[in-house]
Amino acid sequence: MTNFSFALRDSATMLRRDVRHSLRRLSMTLSGLLTPIVTLVLFVYVFGGTLGAGLGGVVHGGAYINYVAPAIILMTVGSGCATTAINLCMDMSEGIITRFRTMAISRASVLTGQVLGSLIRTMITIVLVIGVALLMGFRPSAGPVAWIAALGVIALFTLALSWMGVVFGLVGKTPAGANSLSLIFQLLLPLTSSAFVRPDSMPVGVRWFAEYQPFTPVIDTVRGLLLGTPIGNSAVLAVAWCAGLTLIGYLWARAVYNRNSVR
Amino acid sequence: MMMIETRGLCKSFGDHVVLDGIDLDVAEGTVLALLGPNGAGKTTMVQILSTLIGANGGEARVAGHDLVREPEAVRAAIGVTGQFSAVDNLLTGEENLLLMADLHHLGRSEGRRRAAALLDRFDLVDAGKSMPATYSGGMRRRLDLAMTLVGDPRIIFLDEPTTGLDPRSRHTMWQIIRDLVAGGVTILLTTQYLEEADQLADRVAVLDRGKLVAQGTPDELKRRIPGGHIRLQFADASGLEAAARTLGEVARDDNELTLQIPTDGSVRSIKALLDRLDDQSIDVNEFSVHTPDLDDVFFALTGHPDTQKGNVR
Repeated sequence: MTNFSFALRDSATMLRRDVRHSLRRLSMTLSGLLTPIVTLVLFVYVFGGTLGAGLGGVVHGGAYINYVAPAIILMTVGSGCATTAINLCMDMSEGIITRFRTMAISRASVLTGQVLGSLIRTMITIVLVIGVALLMGFRPSAGPVAWIAALGVIALFTLALSWMGVVFGLVGKTPAGANSLSLIFQLLLPLTSSAFVRPDSMPVGVRWFAEYQPFTPVIDTVRGLLLGTPIGNSAVLAVAWCAGLTLIGYLWARAVYNRNSVR
Repeated sequence: MMMIETRGLCKSFGDHVVLDGIDLDVAEGTVLALLGPNGAGKTTMVQILSTLIGANGGEARVAGHDLVREPEAVRAAIGVTGQFSAVDNLLTGEENLLLMADLHHLGRSEGRRRAAALLDRFDLVDAGKSMPATYSGGMRRRLDLAMTLVGDPRIIFLDEPTTGLDPRSRHTMWQIIRDLVAGGVTILLTTQYLEEADQLADRVAVLDRGKLVAQGTPDELKRRIPGGHIRLQFADASGLEAAARTLGEVARDDNELTLQIPTDGSVRSIKALLDRLDDQSIDVNEFSVHTPDLDDVFFALTGHPDTQKGNVR
């Protein structure tokens, strides 16, 4: 077998390990699942009336849930990033990681396995969030092709934020530290994007930030695909952000993992 | 053939020198015990030889492969069981072994066969279905070593394999190690216990503050250690004073009311000593004979006592 197929095989082994971990740490896995659903309920039933009224005619089909559901779906990706960061950080403190480093296995496979596990976990959560949103009255106008494209963009974004989660897990020395770092993707960036209100209603500085950060083009792309709102150049920006964050996350994570040989 | 060879191996963390020019040779199928107190550099040595960290100077070859140029080949030949448990706490004992089998790219059926054999060999068949959190210290250590053995390594590093184990588990672990050696495996083990080195090692290297201060077979090493001592404790200061006058140059502790007299441990010398005290009608409260321990080895070889113990000499 070639090195590449060994690397694939080791990553698959590490993925099985990660899936087992998710099942064994059930309370944590479930809370990762429930947080986005609670957020959705909160934004639709508690804040939805006022926020929707403020948005006025821009809300497609009139209901605020149509505006906010795509955003909550992508916030789910952000909380998935936090779960990955915490899981990885806890894992790195275990002796088993030291054992892996003394074995003739593909070095990055420990990380790749967690990223793949995170991708699966997050996508399952997203399907559930979409289901709950539909029950609550989310009415996308997308056909099958647009749905597949939307899920593709979401998966790309999940891949990117999973690698960033791995970086946070490695850089943050403790689970709490890892969680704090991932607040960037969990709260900071979604709240200052087009997730809940339109950027043109924000003060100039914040608006500028909102327009040039990753969540806005990704949310606008998914919103456009699902609801038929204009996408413009958001799709290109979204894919570029995903590719860039994935590459940076992968290289950064690999470098940190190889450097911190003993923790 | 030498399975482990180091020449002038050095390691420092910042200004702190941990290893200072280590030369070691371990022949195939033998056990080398690296003996030393906490902080001597034993674990650092294992970390370097198992490719976990790099050295700052010197050279090392493991299984004939250079550590720096061919780390993958080194990793393929070695197994490591560290001082800190290296098991996956979210997997059962059996799943841990199967994980190792997968990572060694054994087939599914071969992996299952080997995991079952190891569980049986290490008396973990029932425990195999439960999580390591429910294990005793000895079981954990056995699972740890079983995981190391899944890949059939030719060289095994054991970093303090019995530290923290009860006597029974310690003896079980010793037997496991002997069986491995009988199977032709080369072992480098670190320990703080002279007895452990004595029981298991073909050669012993004494490490102190990053330097090798002695190397040899356990018997050679013991010959370099002065004999043990007799410890006498007295009921009061006058008894201590009288005994010290009678016996001349001996180590004395006025607070504890004790004297320490060097001895070769023979019955004749002990009887002679007691006779002298008896002649002067000196009452001894407590009498004990101490055989050489790691403390004595250290005192003899390094000129300073083991840092963790007292300095009553």
